[in-house]
Amino acid sequence: MSKRIVVDPITRIEGHLRIEADIENGKIKDAYSSGTMVRLLEEILQGRDPRDAWAFVGRVCGVCTSIHSLTSVRCVEDALDITIPPNAELVRNIMFCTQYMHDHVVHFYHLHAMDWVDVVNALKADPKKTSELAQSISHWPKSSAGYFSDIQTRIKKFVASGQLGIFSNGYWGHKAYKLPAEVNLIGLAHYLEALEWQKEIVKVHAIFGGKNPHPNYLVGGMACAINLDDVSMINAERLAYVGQLLQDGKDFIEQVYIPDLMTIASFYKDWGAIGGGLGNYMVYGDLPTNGYRDTSAYKFPGGAILNKDLSKIYDVDLRKDDEVQEFISHSWYEYTGGNDDGLHPWKGESKVKYSGPKPPFDHLDTDHKYSYLKTPRWKGNAMEVGPLARILVGYGRGRPEFKEVVDKALKDLDVPITALFSTLGRTAARGLETGLTAQWGLDFFNKLLANIKAGDTRMAEMSKFDPATWPKSAFGVGHTEAPRGALAHWINIQDQKIANYQLVVPTTWNASPRDSKGGLSAYEAALIGTPVADESQPLEILRTIHSFDPCMACAVHLYDENGNTINRVSVLGD
Amino acid sequence: MNNETIPIQPTYYEEVQRKGYSRRDFVKFVSLMTAFIGLDQSAIGQVAKALEAKPRMPVIWLHFQECTCCSESFIRSSHPIVADILLDKISLDYSETLMAASGTQAEAALKNTMTKYKGQYILCVEGSVPMGADGVYCMIGGKTSLQILNEVSEGAAAIIAWGSCASNGCVQAAKPNPTGATPIHKIITNKPIIKVPGCPPIGEVMAGVIVHYLTFGVIPELDRLGRPKAFYNKRVHDTCYRRPFYDAGLFVESFDDENAKKGYCLYKVGCKGPTTYNACAVTKWNGGTSFPIQAGHPCIGCSEENFWDNGRLYERGSSFAGFGIEADADKLGEVALGLTISAIAVHAVATNFGKGKTIHEHQAEGNESEHELES
Repeated sequence: MSKRIVVDPITRIEGHLRIEADIENGKIKDAYSSGTMVRLLEEILQGRDPRDAWAFVGRVCGVCTSIHSLTSVRCVEDALDITIPPNAELVRNIMFCTQYMHDHVVHFYHLHAMDWVDVVNALKADPKKTSELAQSISHWPKSSAGYFSDIQTRIKKFVASGQLGIFSNGYWGHKAYKLPAEVNLIGLAHYLEALEWQKEIVKVHAIFGGKNPHPNYLVGGMACAINLDDVSMINAERLAYVGQLLQDGKDFIEQVYIPDLMTIASFYKDWGAIGGGLGNYMVYGDLPTNGYRDTSAYKFPGGAILNKDLSKIYDVDLRKDDEVQEFISHSWYEYTGGNDDGLHPWKGESKVKYSGPKPPFDHLDTDHKYSYLKTPRWKGNAMEVGPLARILVGYGRGRPEFKEVVDKALKDLDVPITALFSTLGRTAARGLETGLTAQWGLDFFNKLLANIKAGDTRMAEMSKFDPATWPKSAFGVGHTEAPRGALAHWINIQDQKIANYQLVVPTTWNASPRDSKGGLSAYEAALIGTPVADESQPLEILRTIHSFDPCMACAVHLYDENGNTINRVSVLGD
Repeated sequence: MNNETIPIQPTYYEEVQRKGYSRRDFVKFVSLMTAFIGLDQSAIGQVAKALEAKPRMPVIWLHFQECTCCSESFIRSSHPIVADILLDKISLDYSETLMAASGTQAEAALKNTMTKYKGQYILCVEGSVPMGADGVYCMIGGKTSLQILNEVSEGAAAIIAWGSCASNGCVQAAKPNPTGATPIHKIITNKPIIKVPGCPPIGEVMAGVIVHYLTFGVIPELDRLGRPKAFYNKRVHDTCYRRPFYDAGLFVESFDDENAKKGYCLYKVGCKGPTTYNACAVTKWNGGTSFPIQAGHPCIGCSEENFWDNGRLYERGSSFAGFGIEADADKLGEVALGLTISAIAVHAVATNFGKGKTIHEHQAEGNESEHELES
């Protein structure tokens, strides 16, 4: 007989996620993932100026901040056939890399680490042994016995105060925690260090985009003009600052994040066989090196993998009617074509309609509709998106940079490649790609310097900024790889205004409810078979869910109520 | 409602004394406590000190309709850094973004603070509350955000409405506001509410609001709209380093043009600085690194009410109230930004032609000096 447990709120994520799971014989037999907040931004966008859309959709998410804004300007540039200057592409790429560096480090230490690191147990560590261990895994200078002893003293005092704050009621002492006290102390020390470090790397966004969270973007390029002879423009001082931040960020990632990740992973190898789920992975690709339209020259290659078969990578076409589709059979929406319809985003037409239990409630009606997330499918398949998908597609495409880091990590941990298809693999992949983006960010920065040195200081292409120059009607797709996975926006511009704007977001792919055929999406599939040692302390559920890094605010949205049907698609770059 | 003092509970030691126990009893209790929480004897002194110290201000931080940019901005604070706030200044007892516990354990932590510190905790709210469809557009733990807000605000000493969502509804309240997104002050009317608008607010401003209270024991002085005067009493326009170019009638006409490369005023490409009250041009963002105008983009007015519907991003505001820096929010009230199709504001051209000329003369002089140096 199975028992239904509910975890709501799932904390240490962005937004509002509820998990209901059926437990039988200490394992999850069935699971239901529900997004419980909606803002209906797509409706709000209708009739507005397409050049303003980036600011609105930027506010979809403040954690993966900037990434929706990037997708939006690309979407409008695609519709209006604008090619941005190389410098603007480089600045966007540098901002993209720093976003990954920030977001992934914060995820690892502040959203995910407490699933693996027992904070209270760290108080039992021997600072001298901790120091020896830290120095054996990294050159990071903050590693003396005195340093760890000070951290410990500070936390002891904190614990003794009786006010545990964010650490209250954690699952400390749970038998699924397996790290030695010294590793726990390193984790705790770096939790605090990363909290201080993360505010630095985002200064790159402030320099190019004015602020972070929510830096400013611009249709046609970027607004930060280059002038080496002006005190307030992008000049040698600003560029030196960016270079310094990128280098410091890379040092932290290589000397703190990745060594910690590998050390912690070595104690949890059993999680290399838990939480795999679907085995289908999808990537749209990003980081152009030869213009946005040349997808073959992306640093993150795109593609899809089915059934864990890395030998065959399929191409993904966002403009094709029968590839990306969204379903609502278990979502609180209505389609005029009926409950089982699957619609390409350009044909989206639906209406939000809550049909769940009246709050306050104990359980959702999981046999019917139970989430504000729709259910996207690629050619009918549920797909996992995110760091693991990116690493696998890069590996499957035979890209040397990917092969090198993956093979090294597998060798260091002494696990087979199949261990990647798991909760542990997902968490490791995030670290590996952060290492890659830390290097790529510097590469793009050096390219920017070379461009400026060669006399190219263009930052925005404004010839098509004036709406008077636009065609009467235009359609566009913008895509990127958000930290949490494949992301695309579709726009339909009529008479200089937004007639229809739609987003299909990574967490929607991962966290959506099942489809009309009963097929599970990534979260639900990954939870099945997960061991739960203590039903009252669902630590294992958090491990797997957090390995996806949920972003719920992104995941819920609504289509144009009037449902403009699009029959013609302008294809670019084919 | 200004300068309200919020009661802080006595320390453990004060409480022990009040109940008639001796210092010796207290130390005995500390030794037991120390053993009980699994620390060795050497920690007794620390524990005693901790129990004699002031308890940290209990804080409950709720998330409703938001994007978490306020929490993200908060952890960007460079002075004080957030680790110090969390470990030394406040006790963040409930925060869905950062807390270790989930589900029932998270709810228990919330309940515990609501009971134990009734009337004493600070409630921080990030996000708006959807009032449409009986509140079902935002539910946590099976309850609507409205139910949760009503329950948790009851025992709060004061409420901080973080960001534009909680202060004025922000993006989800933009027309047609399909979910009925509502700011906190329209729902809770019997508590002091500090509004800290912005999308997000600056990290140091957020930390500053908390630190002000902890340092001075009163909530900061608020303006007519409920915002801390310290950070919202000046317009971005009046504190902007590009202001002299406005006065001189020197404007960016298009992004990345020659004038943009000279750092001229962004008013003509849509800058909302003249109608926006915020600390961006003074405190700046991300530890004083930059702010939107410095990075070449017009201010979008994100700390102003209904800024999403106050005209388009790249469209110039037609008129705004008088220009003295003495014109503060109390005097001006809400200034609506009209849309314009007219040419550049007469004010700028007429009164500043002279200044423009002067600047050009200075530039010419500078060029001459350069030539002299080269020759």
